[in-house]
Amino acid sequence: MADTPVIELENLEVRLGGRLILKDLNAALPGGAVGLLGPNGAGKSTLIHTLMGFFAPSRGAARIFGHDVRRAGREVRALTGYMPENDSFIAGMSAVSFVRYMAELAGLPPRAALERAHEALFYVGLGEARYRKLEEYSQGMKQLARLAQAIAHGPRLLILDEPTNGLDPPARQRMIRLIRGLREEGRIHLLLCSHLLRDVEECCQQVLILKEGRIVEYCNLEEERRLNRRFLEMEAEGDGAAFAEAAHRLGCECALVQERTLKLVLPEGVEIRDLYRLGAEHRLRIRRLSYRRDSLEDIFLKAMEDGRGGI
Amino acid sequence: MAVYRRTYQGYSGPLTPPRRRWMVITRQALAGLLESRFMLLFLAGCLVWPGICAALIYLRHNSGALELLRLSLDKLIPIDGSFFYRFMDVQGVLAFLLAALAAPGLISPDLTNNAMPLYLARPLSRGEYVTGKMAVLAILLSAITWIPGLLLFGLQAGLEGGQWLRENLWIAWGLAAGSWVWILTLSLLGLALSAWVKWRVLAGALLLGIFFAAAGFGQAVNQALDTRLGDLINLGRVVQRVWAGLFRQGELDAVAAQSAWLVLVAVWALSLRLLAAKVRACEVERS
Repeated sequence: MADTPVIELENLEVRLGGRLILKDLNAALPGGAVGLLGPNGAGKSTLIHTLMGFFAPSRGAARIFGHDVRRAGREVRALTGYMPENDSFIAGMSAVSFVRYMAELAGLPPRAALERAHEALFYVGLGEARYRKLEEYSQGMKQLARLAQAIAHGPRLLILDEPTNGLDPPARQRMIRLIRGLREEGRIHLLLCSHLLRDVEECCQQVLILKEGRIVEYCNLEEERRLNRRFLEMEAEGDGAAFAEAAHRLGCECALVQERTLKLVLPEGVEIRDLYRLGAEHRLRIRRLSYRRDSLEDIFLKAMEDGRGGI
Repeated sequence: MAVYRRTYQGYSGPLTPPRRRWMVITRQALAGLLESRFMLLFLAGCLVWPGICAALIYLRHNSGALELLRLSLDKLIPIDGSFFYRFMDVQGVLAFLLAALAAPGLISPDLTNNAMPLYLARPLSRGEYVTGKMAVLAILLSAITWIPGLLLFGLQAGLEGGQWLRENLWIAWGLAAGSWVWILTLSLLGLALSAWVKWRVLAGALLLGIFFAAAGFGQAVNQALDTRLGDLINLGRVVQRVWAGLFRQGELDAVAAQSAWLVLVAVWALSLRLLAAKVRACEVERS
């Protein structure tokens, strides 16, 4: 079971109201923090709802920790925590009663559920406000309470549907910090659905991009960031050609794109300080040195343009 | 985990049996309803008539009390099928009012506040959610129908003796079956209305309206067409017919028993269909 993907999609198709919403999705997500991106109507929420068992696949299968979401929905939902997108709460309850109630429904005995409710509310930063009614909460506090109910029963996978929707910048920052905290502790896998690239960039290690119900890109952001750190753009004064030749001998791929601009790819083992040393040897004055910043936005826009196949 | 250690911990403790988790919904909803003082007073009021019936049964078996009140035995109503049928008639009306009071607040707040995804994201099915909510009405309505009914039956049997018990066991069956038919009808209809009408006052009013308007409409059909088919629209009348059969009361034969049962089954099926359409984690937009 160690190699079982956290989320597995196999020729998954979902048809709703006579329309094909998800089309032949294939993916095996290994876990960690996965961002689910896509423009409005791409099928992000439908995919999440299918994983939660709210919609039945019309063809193919979706599995979470190896459990088929249709046939073993109960097991899947026992292992999953879900924070819905909408303003969802249960009327007339204090935050602690709400989270306790949700934990009990997930199968925790009353005493353990109450204990976990307190812990979860402290964890999300609502400890002092936990006895207040949910109706009296601000939007940001309600979002935090929804996060608390999603983690109170100790799920192995946390699905967050637009967790920063409607939050002001400080509240958004707090939510992002919490999600990153959960990711860094490593005890829980995350699937974060958002249309905000920044949220995904800040919280996720991998990204799955949907467009018109199809997977158009899947990439490992950590890997992309690591690779980007090997790409450099340099502006310098002096003998660029001689420097380029010396850099070649060091093992770098180097191109003089303009008179004063060079582009370099560093091989393993070559660090920036080696370039400064080389520059000094060739009397080259380095004015500017920057990494290539292929942001998630670039990846997203590229995916939207060419719409490649699955993973 | 200590509260000062703000780290996420998984849960590895014991879990409750999966098939009993709907009871958490029942417990929570029941506690919410019983927070209302009006509800508690109304429930207490619903037990006045069973109390009077208990006094009548006791009086019939206490010659000293009869002498004191200067009453003769033949002036008191006999304790038989007819007595329990009357008991059910009164308690049935009270059960209807109680359902109109309690049912609308059970599902509509969850739908208004988009709480369905929260419930259905747990290891809980839609059927279990409805069962949990329905059990609230079943408990409340049971408390004023078959439970006091069977207690009265037990009191009478205890005072009258084993012979009476053996000869009248069908009354106990009538009390239990008649009550459950009514409980099922009111619960399903009440929950269906609660699911479809988000404003709880309106849902309560609609439940009342379904019975009173249908009674009026049924009467109009009877008069216009010179028939008794209109009684099939009158749910109160339909249930009375079923009870009359169970309590061996022959005079209410306006609607054939089979037709009455068919109407009830159709109402149950329609209510379940309405519930299935609304109790969902998310609505699907039709293209």
